[in-house]
Amino acid sequence: MAMLKPKTPEPRALDLAETRISAMTLPEGGWAEPARREALERVRKTGLPISRDEYWKYTKPDTLTAVEAPAASVFDGKEPPVFDQFDRLKIVFVDGVFDAEQSDDLSLEGIEIERLAESQADIHWAKEVYGRLEARGQSLVQRPLAALNTAFATDGVLIRVTGKPSKPVSLFYVHEVETSDAMLHHVVKVEEGAEVTVLEAGPAAARFNQCMEVEVADRATFRHIRAQGRDHERRAATHLFGRLGEESTFKSFTLTANGVLTRNEAVLELTGDNAVAHVAGACMGDGDFHHDDTVFVTHDAVNCESRQVFKKVLRNGAVGVFQGKILVEPGAQKTDGYQISQSLLLDGDSVFEAKPELEIYADDVACSHGSTSGAIDDEALFYLRSRGIPEAEAQNYLTLAFLAEAVQEIDDADLQEAIVERISQWLFRRMAT
Amino acid sequence: MLDIKNLHVKLEDEDKQILKGVDLTVEAGKVHAIMGPNGSGKSTLSYVLSGREGYEVTDGSATLLGEDILELEPEERAAAGMFLAFQYPVEIPGVGNMTFLRSAVNAQRKARGEEEMSSSEFLKVIREKAKDLKIDQDMLKRPVNVGFSGGEKKRNEILQMAMLEPKLCILDETDSGLDVDAMKLVSDGVNALRSPDRGFLVITHYQRLLDHIVPDVVHIMSDGRIVKTGGPELAREVEANGYAEFKETA
Ligand SMILES: Nc1ncnc2c1ncn2[C@@H]1O[C@H](COP(=O)(O)OP(=O)(O)OP(=O)(O)O)[C@@H](O)[C@H]1O
Ligand SMILES: [Mg+2]
Repeated sequence: MAMLKPKTPEPRALDLAETRISAMTLPEGGWAEPARREALERVRKTGLPISRDEYWKYTKPDTLTAVEAPAASVFDGKEPPVFDQFDRLKIVFVDGVFDAEQSDDLSLEGIEIERLAESQADIHWAKEVYGRLEARGQSLVQRPLAALNTAFATDGVLIRVTGKPSKPVSLFYVHEVETSDAMLHHVVKVEEGAEVTVLEAGPAAARFNQCMEVEVADRATFRHIRAQGRDHERRAATHLFGRLGEESTFKSFTLTANGVLTRNEAVLELTGDNAVAHVAGACMGDGDFHHDDTVFVTHDAVNCESRQVFKKVLRNGAVGVFQGKILVEPGAQKTDGYQISQSLLLDGDSVFEAKPELEIYADDVACSHGSTSGAIDDEALFYLRSRGIPEAEAQNYLTLAFLAEAVQEIDDADLQEAIVERISQWLFRRMAT
Repeated sequence: MLDIKNLHVKLEDEDKQILKGVDLTVEAGKVHAIMGPNGSGKSTLSYVLSGREGYEVTDGSATLLGEDILELEPEERAAAGMFLAFQYPVEIPGVGNMTFLRSAVNAQRKARGEEEMSSSEFLKVIREKAKDLKIDQDMLKRPVNVGFSGGEKKRNEILQMAMLEPKLCILDETDSGLDVDAMKLVSDGVNALRSPDRGFLVITHYQRLLDHIVPDVVHIMSDGRIVKTGGPELAREVEANGYAEFKETA
């Protein structure tokens, strides 16, 4: 095991936590209560993130930790939601509250779906996952916003996959109230040999704190495709925790556009031999926006593969952050770890901060990481223009091409196409205005 | 059709004069060849005509069908009928060859106020032209020039030319890297495009290409100038004796 680094919390971080906690009510009763109380203790012990924290070096946490969520006007992009054309089981949350009326019937063969807020029994399968993966994910790096979520989240879904449901589960978010402050906690357990795809889209709230814990059993498959944006004023902190069993597969892709502040953390643990975990992101920031991908992949089994592919296109002052780590525990031989983070800076005002890390305690591993920041390739741009393609359009093609490696991480061709389509719309819409 | 007068060009960031007064006229329906030693400025001339950045025109003019092209953006020049088959075609990962060509065709049509080509019509036309150049479906679907062999890249340039139907075609060493069969394919492709209202400027080092694409006029460029102009026999002279005699006169 890698060494635990206990750290004395700053008094300010502790005060911040107490102030925030005192402004909220811990939901009581049911199977989740012990996990909530434990999470509350975690937050009390660590405090909330402050800008002096090493892990928050590039992203200011203050608006995420403050008692009051800064307001965000409701955004109308005048475009159909990304996954609308797909046959899917739709679950709708309006400002962080489940909306039965707009949601589909939750029954589907091979899958059990329940609302966290209504699941009051004392014994529940989700007890083994709720707050557990989040707590494990805190052992090396503190993620207090996730613990805060475990303690206080009032809604979310519990998804248990026992077979191969015929369609994806689609979590669809709607933002209606300018001051909404939503906290959702989802739990997904994919049982042995089962398979599921979870889609997420839509602006969730003015401020959104989300936690998704995903337990992928032996030989099971979890796929996740998420589209965030273009709600400019949102502030979002999301955590995706995954634990993978033997020969299991975990693949997550996120498309993000704009947003004053977005921090997406993915914390994956490969605990069964021959498991595969991919996490990818394509991000487009055009304006005074800040986007942070923070990824931590732990290899703790033999012959596992992990891939992190992050691409960010930034212009007009947008800031992109990538903190990615691959940790290979002793004994995790034959690990194949790959990490790439790249930015395309379309002007001199934009900034990309990258902190790629490898920490390896096994000898028979192949790990690589790379990070680059570059401008549009002038040769390619001239080539396209010399064929009659106007400059802005040529730039869009090259931007799409730049993002392609991340988008290609989506296995399903139709979903991949839908994402490419959406990126094109966003790029070419800009040209029309 | 193409009128170049006293064209002087230097590098933008360096005090280096490359073209030192080029005079050249290409008439519609004619094929002009340019030969000349390495570094004499042939590619520079073709880049300056198609609008690549990095050069500064210090004197002279260039017009295409009477229009001053030096003031136009590269895409505007393309829409006006200028086409350059690159000496080194650029690889563009992530952009499909078909998507690229279709947007190019339609962007030019749009710029000229013409109706865009439908996808079915486009497919039909490109399949036909690709077949003539022995470019298979797989190559059409791949990213632009990525993983293409040298000869495949050159054939892809000619395919683009055939699809875009330009007024003035500049071919910069399109023959280099071609095997004998590909040379025939490319030449046939070019010859098929020869027409009374289209002009060609063919840059080459070898008589071999000019056996297939028979030029009306041959120019020798040396040290940034056209130093001699003649008929097809001039190319054979170069093939036999090299450039020594022209360098002296330059
Ligand atoms: N961007 C550049 N930077 C520096 N030098 C340049 C640049 N472009 C052209 N040159 C120089 O200008 C001269 C002419 O180059 P150009 O490529 O036009 O020659 P060419 O006649 O096409 O040669 P070749 O037969 O080898 O293709 C050369 O000396 C070359 O090194
Ligand atoms: Mg050259």
